Amino acid sequence: MAEIRNYTMNFGPQHPAAHGVLRLVLELDGEVIQRADPHIGLLHRGTEKLAESKPFNQSIGYMDRLDYVSMMCNEHAYVRAIETLLGVQVPERAQYIRTMFDEITRILNHLMWIGTNGLDLGAMTLFLYAFREREELMDCYEAVSGARMHATYYRPGGVYRDLPGQMSQYKEGRWAKGKELKRRNSWREGSMLDFLDAFTDDFPKRVDEYETLLTDNRIWKQRTVGIGVVPPEMALRMGMSGPMLRGSGIVWDLRKHQPYAAYPQMDFDVAVGSQGDCYDRYLVRVEEMRQSNRIIKQCVAWLRENPGPVMAKNFKVSPPSRAEMKDDMEALIHHFKLFTEGYCVPEGEIYCAVEAPKGEFGAYLISDGANKPFRVKLRAPGFPHLSAMDEMVRGHMLPDVVAVIGTLDIVFGEIDR
Amino acid sequence: MTDSDNAPIAALAARLREKFADDLLSVTEAFAEVTVEVESNRYLSVAQKLRDDPDLHFECLIDLAGVDYLGYGQDEWDTDEVSSGGFSRGVEGEGPGRFRWEDRPEAESQPRRFAVVVHLLSIEHNLRLRLRTYAADDQLPVVPSLKDVWGAADWFEREAFDLFGIVFEGHPDLRRILTDYGFVGHPFRKDFPLIGNVEVSYDPERGRVVYQPVSIEPRVGVPRVVRDDSRYLQAANEGEGTAS
Repeated sequence: MAEIRNYTMNFGPQHPAAHGVLRLVLELDGEVIQRADPHIGLLHRGTEKLAESKPFNQSIGYMDRLDYVSMMCNEHAYVRAIETLLGVQVPERAQYIRTMFDEITRILNHLMWIGTNGLDLGAMTLFLYAFREREELMDCYEAVSGARMHATYYRPGGVYRDLPGQMSQYKEGRWAKGKELKRRNSWREGSMLDFLDAFTDDFPKRVDEYETLLTDNRIWKQRTVGIGVVPPEMALRMGMSGPMLRGSGIVWDLRKHQPYAAYPQMDFDVAVGSQGDCYDRYLVRVEEMRQSNRIIKQCVAWLRENPGPVMAKNFKVSPPSRAEMKDDMEALIHHFKLFTEGYCVPEGEIYCAVEAPKGEFGAYLISDGANKPFRVKLRAPGFPHLSAMDEMVRGHMLPDVVAVIGTLDIVFGEIDR
Repeated sequence: MTDSDNAPIAALAARLREKFADDLLSVTEAFAEVTVEVESNRYLSVAQKLRDDPDLHFECLIDLAGVDYLGYGQDEWDTDEVSSGGFSRGVEGEGPGRFRWEDRPEAESQPRRFAVVVHLLSIEHNLRLRLRTYAADDQLPVVPSLKDVWGAADWFEREAFDLFGIVFEGHPDLRRILTDYGFVGHPFRKDFPLIGNVEVSYDPERGRVVYQPVSIEPRVGVPRVVRDDSRYLQAANEGEGTAS
């Protein structure tokens, strides 16, 4: 009788379904996974150590590069931690802008997720649909910060600048002229808020389109229903958060239960699954897109009515305006000190978390009273999610590994930091 | 921050003092957070009780971080007195992380150098808690593993071991996780240079990737400054309350 031995297989780090640089060592019995050992760290850049060598403000840009599909949410956690230690009050308008951009970011993230996960499991069309909408939202990023992804828009004390009065428009070129140009610019005649109004009116219809492609799709259901089941007990034990936790039927959303920014004023529902499988998590994320859309609408309405400052007028933390600098010596000194030395944050420690699209993103900050943090620890939601991978894929078939990687919604920028 | 926000926090702190009595070194409240410090030999039993006691029920380990307290509160540029030197002396200094691998300082023995900080969450009570323990020996920091209490501790402890060299007793699989295969040293320690120790490049003669000592210079643009003067007090008074 021949000896039966398990087969060890390497998956990644260069594999289109590995969502970045994940290396998996899989132990297989036939086609059934016996053990999965994820090897991570291929994208480790030492962000936390780098932050220790820089004044507080200079690390905001690093936060964008952690989870590079939910940029502003990462900034939000870091900036809130600094604000709490400093005791800086953020103007209300800035809180609404942050809320709005957090939700724009959530839609951006979930679109990316639904597109790539669909692609992994054989639904090609959705990828193109999702990236069409991402383009529009990234234009909003660009309109406020000048950058399509790594915005560095949130600052301690508020946001860098107010929303632009004019949305950027397409220029006439080879691909867009005449009628086509007019169609493309039809939402872009007015301000950014007008643009978002048009977008949020249209977006639920587009989510319906995604759902007609997937929700009742037989192949999609075969690939996701009953795959990667996470019982609620396991979700808690493994420190899961966000859609991973809610997909298992636990009602927990930091926006509701530990609200921050302008979330207490927002009217929205928390999407919760029941089975804890890949399909439920898909439904949760789709519903979250609809809810985010609702929140953006409410923020837009409020922001239209309530102009005001978007940055705390505390020149120890935020820079004075250029005009003030030109004829006020105090302002010039403040500006100089702020951009050379930064500000000193009082001694203390703080953990601030936000409901990032992937789960709880937290920033743990220890300050010893210097102008640089003593220690920054970033709690990435994907890290504990991926650590539960071994338990989730055991007993599944090899193709299900791809479905599970997809459902975890992992991004290596944040896991490896 | 209103008083009503702080009521559950104060209640939690009182409950912890009552439940654990002498087991805890300290219970502090700051910024609407409760921090508990515990001796490393009682760490595991306290963690177990925090999870299982129905009045506490911290069922979720949110985060576990290693901390190296070497050089805490030290600055590179004394700001208390006037001097003739300029800003550059701060830049040229030998501050935390600003040295080469060969020149790394002999770490002075410092009691309570390494700490493990755990952030817990109770979904049932909607409360958070910070639990900190110090490793008794700073030459070989050893702390019990929490893996059997919260499964999420598994990778977080591997990370703290990798980056700080903190050994978690009872962890079944304490391998490096974030650094390269065969990495030397623990990069997040304060006596590890910011520029690192080795760099990789492709050697066409040998036809493979080789490791060699780093060629870049340690360079930090802004000196580390600790200021505690009236300007900050004034700023704090102007911005009453905390950000939400």
